[in-house]
Amino acid sequence: MRSIVIATVCAAGLLIGAACSTTPEDQSAAKVEDKSTGAKPGADTRGVQPPKVAAVDLTKKPGVVDSMLKDPNSPLSKRSIFYDLDQFDVKDEYRSLVEAHAKYLRENPNARMMIQGNTDERGSREYNVGLGQRRSDGVRKMLILLGARENQIESVSLGEEKPQSDGHDETAWSKNRRSDILYSGEY
Amino acid sequence: MAVCHKKSGGLPGLRVLLGAFFLVAASSAAAQLSIEITGAGAQRSPIAIVPFNGEAAVGTALSQIVRADLERSGLFRGLEVPPLSPAPTENTPVNYGEWRSRLADALVLGSVSANPDGRFEVRFRVYDIVKQAPLGAIAYVFTKDNARAAAHRVADFVYERITGEKGVFSTQIAYIVHRGSSYELQIADADGERAQYLLRSNEPIISPVWSPEGKRIAYVSFESKKPVVYVHHLEDRKRQVVASFKGSNSAPAWSPDGKTIAVVLSVDGGSQIFLLNSDGSGARRRISNSASIDTEPRFSSDGKWIYFTSDRGGSPQVYRMASSGGEPQRVTFEGSYNVSPRPSPDGRVLAYVTRNAGKFQVALLDLSNRQVQVITDSDRDESPSFAPNGRMILLATVIGGRGVLSAVSSDGRIKQRLPFAGGDVREPAWGPFIE
Repeated sequence: MRSIVIATVCAAGLLIGAACSTTPEDQSAAKVEDKSTGAKPGADTRGVQPPKVAAVDLTKKPGVVDSMLKDPNSPLSKRSIFYDLDQFDVKDEYRSLVEAHAKYLRENPNARMMIQGNTDERGSREYNVGLGQRRSDGVRKMLILLGARENQIESVSLGEEKPQSDGHDETAWSKNRRSDILYSGEY
Repeated sequence: MAVCHKKSGGLPGLRVLLGAFFLVAASSAAAQLSIEITGAGAQRSPIAIVPFNGEAAVGTALSQIVRADLERSGLFRGLEVPPLSPAPTENTPVNYGEWRSRLADALVLGSVSANPDGRFEVRFRVYDIVKQAPLGAIAYVFTKDNARAAAHRVADFVYERITGEKGVFSTQIAYIVHRGSSYELQIADADGERAQYLLRSNEPIISPVWSPEGKRIAYVSFESKKPVVYVHHLEDRKRQVVASFKGSNSAPAWSPDGKTIAVVLSVDGGSQIFLLNSDGSGARRRISNSASIDTEPRFSSDGKWIYFTSDRGGSPQVYRMASSGGEPQRVTFEGSYNVSPRPSPDGRVLAYVTRNAGKFQVALLDLSNRQVQVITDSDRDESPSFAPNGRMILLATVIGGRGVLSAVSSDGRIKQRLPFAGGDVREPAWGPFIE
């Protein structure tokens, strides 16, 4: 039942960020999310097991992101890693970027990160979801090797669905083959 | 679909079916698809569909919809019928010689009458003019709002009586419309009319698939900034999260009994295929086991196999494995990019997308003799989807920089384009037969 509550809480706009990223590992219970009638504000949690809900961190203020992460003079403001065609490994030129984020995660154990992998538009949408996942998984593994904790990072894929550039040539495609780093409060 | 059988007085042996056609979701002002036929088979059988006596009272020209449906199949050519006096009905005796001299191979005569309860009844007979034999008669009761659906039922009946195959004119299609920052999951009749949206979002929606009974659609929504698989119930518009594990959740596919959904999850690392109960109960069962990308699962219609895309051999190719899991067998060998496998309803053929000199086109693989045939001439094809009778394949392609839907007959001879006003249309899914 956890995901009911999480989904409803997010939909009700009470929390963004960390709460929404708390995806249950085990979904054995039935999960019903009814957005057409789910307008009850505040997530009616009666009848739902409270201990599970307590996993949501209510102390985390919504939308508040460490200003350091946005400071253009900080390497932490650099959030995108770009790839060559059919490549999935982080190129050397992005190594210092990944190291800076790994250091931040080490020093801020409560920080949570989502890495979104992306591809260019060519080919199957679902296969591209797989290729984007391979990119974000690569960044995630590198961060963990550099000392970040598993539970701080969720790597996902947006496939070809969220291009940075709408063009249909290599200039556009090279901007779209990327991994984007987001911190809780930003997604 | 509630169907009501009733004895008919005027037309012995005629079954009367009540079309209680569901309105699936709130109507929207969605722009409609309209279909152009861009190519047709050489042999199109001439058919005369005489305007149904009394159909003007409905406000919808049923006979014209029947004609358009039959022509869209690529198998028929509607004949122009001059006004006949007196206007014939299903009970008018047929002068076969006269219709033969008009070059008709087949003839449909019918009438529409208003029932006391405000509904209408269409009654019609189909004739084989060449063999000089009646092919059957039926009647449908319908409300004014459902006149188009009733006409599609008429077309299905005519099609089945003449070809011996079930028609797909009463089926529905689902697809995604992308305009600016808006994404809509829409459903429409197979002719593109009566479009309505099921879901509107500011984030992408991909991979809609109909459940076997046609009452649910599974899809992937990115509304939580990552791919999550939902099942949408058409009748009550309820949505259910079926896969929202850590990481990505995508590529849903229904088992033929509708109880199981195959999905692709990254929760264990990589992209691997799992089975879930479609009602959200129970635990996930992993059925693929590779260090590669295994995705785009599709069950064969007998439920024995799961076809899928995998790059375990270095390039993406189609494989299949037993639907309970097990050692995969490679299915496609020609070319370096073969994705999006779709087994045909009869299990004999596999449609997929192949890349050939930079063009992405739909190919058919005959699973018995391994022959491959590319059946489209466009170059950015995606997401093929078989009609439930296997005759046509709906697909997404790009024409003039815009995403459009296109349909091609499974022999490649008939091609249709479904232009759409405003926005990119993509990710088509042809729904099942409606019982």
